[in-house]
This record gives sequence, C-alpha cells and structure tokens, in this order.
Amino acid sequence: MTLLIPGLRNSAAAAIAATFVVGAVLIALPFVVAQTPLANAGVRALAFALLYVMLALGLNIVVGFAGLLDLGYIAFYAVGAYMYALLASPHLTSNFPALAAMFPQGFHSSIWMVIPLGAALAAFFGVVLGAPVLKLRGDYLAIVTLGFGEIIRIFLNNLNSPLNLTNGPQGITLIDPVRILGVNFGRTQNFFGIELPSVYLYYYLFLVLAIVTIVVCIRLQDSRLGRAWMAIREDDIAAKAMGINVRNVKLLAFALGATFGGVAGAMFAAFQGFVSPESFSLMESIIVLAMVVLGGLGHIPGVVLGALLLAIFPEVLRHTVVPVQQQLFGKVLIDAEVLRMLLYGLAMVVIMLYRPKGLWPAPEHGLNPTIRRGRNGAKAQTA
Amino acid sequence: METFIQQVLNGLVLGSLYSLIALGYTMVYGILNLINFAHGDVLMVGALTALSVILLLQAQFPGMPGWLLLVAGMAVAIPTCVVVSLIIERVAYRPLRNAPRLAPLITAIGVSIVLQTLAMIVWGRNYMTFPQLLPADPIQLLGATVTVTKLLVIVLSALIMAALMLLVNRSKLGRAMRATAENPRVAGLMGVNPNYVIAVTFAIGAGLAAVAGVMLAATYTVAHFYMGFLPGLKAFTAAVLGGIGNIPGAMVGGLLLGLIEALGAGYIGQLTGGVLGSHYQDVFAFIVLCAVLILRPSGLLGERVADRA
Amino acid sequence: MSHPILRVSGVNKRFGGLQALSDVGLTIERGQIYGLIGPNGAGKTTFFNVITGLYQPDSGTFELDGKPYSPTEPHKVAEAGIARTFQNIRLFPEMTALENVMVGRHVRTKATALGAVLRTKRTREEEAAIRRRSLELLEYVGIARYADYQARTLAYGDQRRLEIARALATDPKLLALDEPAAGMNATEKMSLRSLIENICKDGVTILLIEHDVKLVMGLCDRVTVLDYGKMIAEGTPAEVQRNPAVIEAYLGGAHKSVATKEVA
Repeated sequence: MTLLIPGLRNSAAAAIAATFVVGAVLIALPFVVAQTPLANAGVRALAFALLYVMLALGLNIVVGFAGLLDLGYIAFYAVGAYMYALLASPHLTSNFPALAAMFPQGFHSSIWMVIPLGAALAAFFGVVLGAPVLKLRGDYLAIVTLGFGEIIRIFLNNLNSPLNLTNGPQGITLIDPVRILGVNFGRTQNFFGIELPSVYLYYYLFLVLAIVTIVVCIRLQDSRLGRAWMAIREDDIAAKAMGINVRNVKLLAFALGATFGGVAGAMFAAFQGFVSPESFSLMESIIVLAMVVLGGLGHIPGVVLGALLLAIFPEVLRHTVVPVQQQLFGKVLIDAEVLRMLLYGLAMVVIMLYRPKGLWPAPEHGLNPTIRRGRNGAKAQTA
Repeated sequence: METFIQQVLNGLVLGSLYSLIALGYTMVYGILNLINFAHGDVLMVGALTALSVILLLQAQFPGMPGWLLLVAGMAVAIPTCVVVSLIIERVAYRPLRNAPRLAPLITAIGVSIVLQTLAMIVWGRNYMTFPQLLPADPIQLLGATVTVTKLLVIVLSALIMAALMLLVNRSKLGRAMRATAENPRVAGLMGVNPNYVIAVTFAIGAGLAAVAGVMLAATYTVAHFYMGFLPGLKAFTAAVLGGIGNIPGAMVGGLLLGLIEALGAGYIGQLTGGVLGSHYQDVFAFIVLCAVLILRPSGLLGERVADRA
Repeated sequence: MSHPILRVSGVNKRFGGLQALSDVGLTIERGQIYGLIGPNGAGKTTFFNVITGLYQPDSGTFELDGKPYSPTEPHKVAEAGIARTFQNIRLFPEMTALENVMVGRHVRTKATALGAVLRTKRTREEEAAIRRRSLELLEYVGIARYADYQARTLAYGDQRRLEIARALATDPKLLALDEPAAGMNATEKMSLRSLIENICKDGVTILLIEHDVKLVMGLCDRVTVLDYGKMIAEGTPAEVQRNPAVIEAYLGGAHKSVATKEVA
C-alpha cells in the first residue's frame, strides 16, 4: 500500500489505517452502488472493471515492463474463457457421445483446478505466440500479434465443423457458475443475515483476484526479473551485453502476462455464463492496450486507474447519454456503444498528444527533475 | 470449383486493389517509419462518400449513365480522402514525429477508431449496397468469366501505378520524395521542405486509397463502416511482403498477395480434405504476414526505410 | 603457468563490400591493461563487438581464460566473463543508477519469477546482497550519492562511470572499455585513469579502446594498433609510438620523420 500512496511511505501506522479505510470502502461499494440508479447493473460493471484490471496488469507486464507491443492480447482471455467453457458446460458432452458416456455427470470443474489450468494453458499459448515474434521490431511485433489475435478469433468462429469444438459464432452457453466450498456463486447467498446477490459474490471474488494480481505484479516489478524486463525495454543490446538472456526473458514476459489473461478469461466465462467469439475482438485488445497506455505505461497504480476509468466510464455514459439525448433531441442520435468507442479513440489521440506518459506515470527522480526533454528529444536548459 | 484461370483473374483483381492500398502504407512508412493504421479507414471514407454521392445523383438524375455516376463518385471521394488524410497527418501525426515509436502507433489506432465511429454515426452500422453501375454481363476472357467492373479495376490500377512510377522517378517532386524517404534531415538541408513532401505523400496515398475504396465497393457491391479494416491489414501485409518503403515492392506484393489469397481460398478445401473451408480465406493473409515478418522481414524486393541518424 | 585471459586470433569480418577486420588477433595476459588504438574507422569497436558476440565474425578463434568460447550470444559472453562499456554510452536511461548496476548482477544471480512472487527467504537474501554489492560498486566508481537518480539525469562523466560500475557488477574476468575517456576534460581523465588502475589492481584485466595518447601511454602495458581493419603494430606503448607505420596511419606519410623523435 505504501508504494501506491507516496507520502505514506514512512509511516507504518498511516499505511495500516489507509489499508483499512480503502478495504472498508471496497467491501461496502456494491451495497452503495446498488442504491444508485445504476443498481445491480452498476455492481456488474464494477465486477467487469475488476476483470479489466487483471487484463490491464497482465498486458502491462508485456507492454509496460518489457516494452513489447502486443495487439492480440485478448487471445489469452479467449483461451482461458473457452477452456473453462469447454470444461464446465454441456457443450462437449452433448456434441461428443463418447465423452458423454465417459462423464455421465457432465463436465463440471472446480475453481481450484480451473485457475491453475487456465493460467498454464494461457502461458503455453503465450510462449507459442511469443517465440516466433521475439526478434521483430516494435511496430512489426504489434501487427503480427494483431494477426495472431485475429487468427485465434477466426478459428474460434469456425471450429464448428467438421468437429464442433467451439460452436462457432453462437458460442458456448450454460456455463457453470463458480462454486467455492459448496457456495454457488450463481445464486443469491445469505451470510450472517446479509443478502448477497450473485453479482456481489463475483465482485468480491474478482476483487480478491485483482488484489492478488496487483501484489504479484508489484513483486515481479521489484525483482531481478522485473529489472531484466525494464533493461530490455530501455536498451535490449545493452541488456544482452550485461548477461541477460533477452529471448528467454521476453518469452517469460509473454507467458506471465498471458496467465493473467487466461485466469481472467476463465472467470469471465463463469460470470457471464456464455462465451462467443464476439467478446474477443480486436477492439477488446485495443481497449486493454488503451487502459495500459492511457493509465501510465509500466506504472502499476496508473494501469489500475486506467483500467477502472476506461471500464467504468462507458457504463456511466450509457446511463446518462441516452436519456440526455432523448431530452435534447427527442431521439438517440449516437447510441452509447458508438459514443464509447468514439471517446476511446479520441482519448488515445488526445492523451498521446498531450500526456504521452499517461495519466499517472511513474514519478521521475533525477538530479534536476525540471530538465524536461522537449518534443524533439532535446534537453532543455534550466537556469 | 472454379478454374485455375478464374482464380488467377480473381487474384489479379484483388491484388490490384491491395497494391493501390499498399502504396499508401509503404510510402508513409518509408518516410516516417509509421504504420498508418488509419489508412484502411481512409479507403472506407472514400467508398462511403462515393456511395452517398452516387445515391444522391441517382435520386436527382435518374437517367444518368452508370459510368458517369462512378466518375462523379470518385471525383468527390478522392478530394475528401485527401483532405481527411491531410488533417490526420497535421493533427495527429506531425506533433509526434520525434516521439518514441509507441506514441504515434497508439495515436494511429485512435484515429482509426475515430474514423470508424464517425462513419458509424454518419452512415449507420448496416451493410449498404453499392449499386451496380457498370454493365454486369459476364464476359468470357481466356476461359474465365469477368465483368467490366473487374476489368476496370485491373486496368485502372495498372494505369495509376504507371503514373505513380513516372511521378516518383521522373519528376522533381518525385525526386524530392525519394530524397526525403532516404534522409529527411539531409533532404531538408538541400532545400526540400519535408513537411510539404510528407503532406504530398499522405495526399497521394489517400487518393489511391479512395480509388481502391470505390472500386472495392463497386466490385463487391457492398460498403460499410468496417470495410477498411481487413483490406487495410492485408494491404499492409502486401507492403511488407514486397519490402516496406519500396514502391515497386508494394505493387508486386499486392498482386502476389491477391493471387495467394485467391488460389489459397480456391484450393484450401482440396488441400485439407475438407477440414478447412474457404471462410479461412482471411487467415491466409495473416499467415503470409507472420511468415514474411518472421522469415524475411525485409520483404521480397528489400525495404527502403528512412535513415534516422 | 596460467593462461592469458584472452587469446583471439584470425578474426575476419566483412560488411558487404567493406572488409572491416582482416586477420586481427591479440593476446592479453591476466592483470594487464591492454590498449587497442587506431584512427577512426579502423575497426576497433567492430573488434569489440565481435569478441563480445554482438557481431558474428566470418572467422576467428576465441579463448577466454584458457577455455575456448564462441562469441555467438552476447549474454553467454557476459556469463563467461567479458563485460563491456559502449562508445556511445548505453545506460538504461529511465532506471536509477542503482538499478542500472543491479541489472549487472543479473548474470551472477539466480532468483526466479516464482521466488519473486512468493518472496522466499532465498530470494529476499539474494535481493539484499544484490543491493549491497551494487551500492558498493557505485561507491567504488565514486557516484554513490546519485544512487536513486535516473541515469539519464546524471552528468556525462558520471554516466561513463555508471556504465563501468554496471559492467563490473557482472564480475568479469575481462573488462572491455570502449573510449571511456571520450568527452572528458583533463581532470576527469586523471580521475578515470586512477579508477582504471584500481580496477586492474583489484584483479580485473582491462582491454581499452582509447584515442587519448597520453592516457594510453600512461595506462597500458601493451598496445595493438589497427588501421583499416588490419593490425599494423603490437607492443609496448613506447615501441608502438615510434613505429613508422603507426605514425603514418595517424598523421599521414609526410610525418614519417617523426619516428626518429621522442614523443613525451
């Protein structure tokens, strides 16, 4: 916590107090939001925002820490989601009688198995996708990863014949909700007299996962591996000369980044109850990238902020823009979806022009922090 | 199952379109080291603008001949695309010319999204039919069937590319473009205004994209706000295939990619024993892209990128 | 009888039409400060890049501390024990001075991602050791006070020192310095000279590319002179200075007569 709030660094008591306050707010949040006009949809949006936080932090490892521009990151989300969908829904057993015979109860998977499995599978894909592209320069890497992401989406869309693996554009439905220690997250549960609708339960689960993700990322950042990633990002030739096996370290970035995507994907599948290739389009990859870049590339608090802002803002928009337009024009000129995309695009352009390091970049610490590099890279003189 | 000649012809049509679009990518990359992500969307703007003009004219002047409508559509599409492209260059790319490479790429993606959403707002989300303007009767040629529109694509593209080669190799402006593409700073010292040359490069690319967009819509009789994405990506592949920054390379790359895609889509069913069908057609371009970038990143004819010393 | 720290011979490297290196080789004994000099464009940095694995030679044999090595991968070369600095300083600009040096410790440490995430005792101890050693090295080169400043904000001379500290962090057997004194004034050069002498005294052999004749004279035990990719002289600095071929290479044919005069 002290890392996230400068100024509290030296006061252990203040840090603990802050943690309690923030913790209390986060726990109470669903109840508060449910009272607003957003109601349960608002809590749902919060839950999705937490998934995006995981995705953004995962992508941050690849783009922010290691400096590798991945435009196909959503593929790992898709892998995790479809993996869970296949292992926890009637799809496989209803399409392949042999499997139905072997598993008369159908496919149901425990979360304790799914999370490590999702992580491992996504990591595997991370290595497979990353290995051939490691030596490409920046923009080429971006395009190839974009291509990979699209290839995966096309395959998901078309692998419904000759063998119906993914059920094509219709996707896979009837996915099991999460079940932990007998508690079914798909139903409203009652804890000590407090009613917790399914959406709240998922929110708390994702909150825990997001916090774990944040902690893991912070630890990775301040480690030998984290430094190696940053060295590669800054100057990969010098990094090589200093003994870093750049190829393996880059692969590790891809693999580790992918694991967060995979786990988030599995949770998404459970939460939403169905998956289809539509949820894993290029636009989603770009949105996650926008969250990382606009939040503060490489700076964990910035990335979290970026994810939360870009995930929640469209929801707020959806509930304000439509009625406002109805009031003003009597009809909806621009629907919320389109407006959301337009604003994403504008945000990307505007922020790169005026605040290229993001909204909350890593603090600079140097001899003369007022020496700023001008637009053309030259050092400005200070008095 | 279509004949080999038919596939080849289809490939040439597709390839000509890819070449026109690829030229825009390659010229901009050659000078700025920037993948103009929004280029595909510029072609979309051209196609949709032309469509609006054509529909308007058809409503006002029902007797107007098809070819005239097409010309009118292009006559409006080209300047529109040029203006849009110049605005983008001036507002979104020029300020970031010396920024680290991530910034212009993000901006380019942002611009692409903005163009698509603006198009969604103006023209709606639905697929629109681009009217059949030229006679649609099939013509038999060398054992294959073509339409006038398809022939026009091939011929028009060839003419335009020849004109471009003349411009680049024989004119003062062309010399200035080649010099700026090799070393903008030194070209500046020799009296070439790099901003002007860059603007012209974008303008030419946009013009080519406009023509390609209109012809694409005319050939496949459909237009919509997302129509620029795939052709744009494939054209970029073509540019890389031929050698990024290399103008003849873009032409060769485009034609070659078109042929690969047409032949691949035609024969993939046979090759994979029916497992993969022709809806995997788009995957071909991606596979070519990945293969080229991984195995031979400088492309077939070699890349020509600015020396940013 | 101990082997020479570095024994390289028969190195050839061609870039298209340019033969950058022709049959170049040298032998450096343990504990020496060895100079590699020559006019601009002679191939000195190319030679550095070849022995450290950044360029692949067309031919050559390479032996480090008695063991043959193949300079195909820079990180393996660093692991084997050659560390280098760069002619145009290549620090990690956004990282702090301390972090830059800590990166140098990467090759001699083992902590894994898992260890980092779980914060195992072994990982924590290794981290603390890395930190300690890095601070020591910053102290050693004289810039400990800038430990937490971003590398790009350091003064030029301090950046060069930082690069040296980072290279030392890899515990090299041979430290290859590429024009470490470039851009320094006389005082800075003296300070650099005593640093290099200290490094040598503390057990690291040094290979030095330098243009400053006085510095080379004062520091180096032996020198090889390159011109147009070929070795034109080899020996002690005094011997090499009087070599007519060397003088011609630096000053042109008209100055061959200088060979008979003593150079201070």
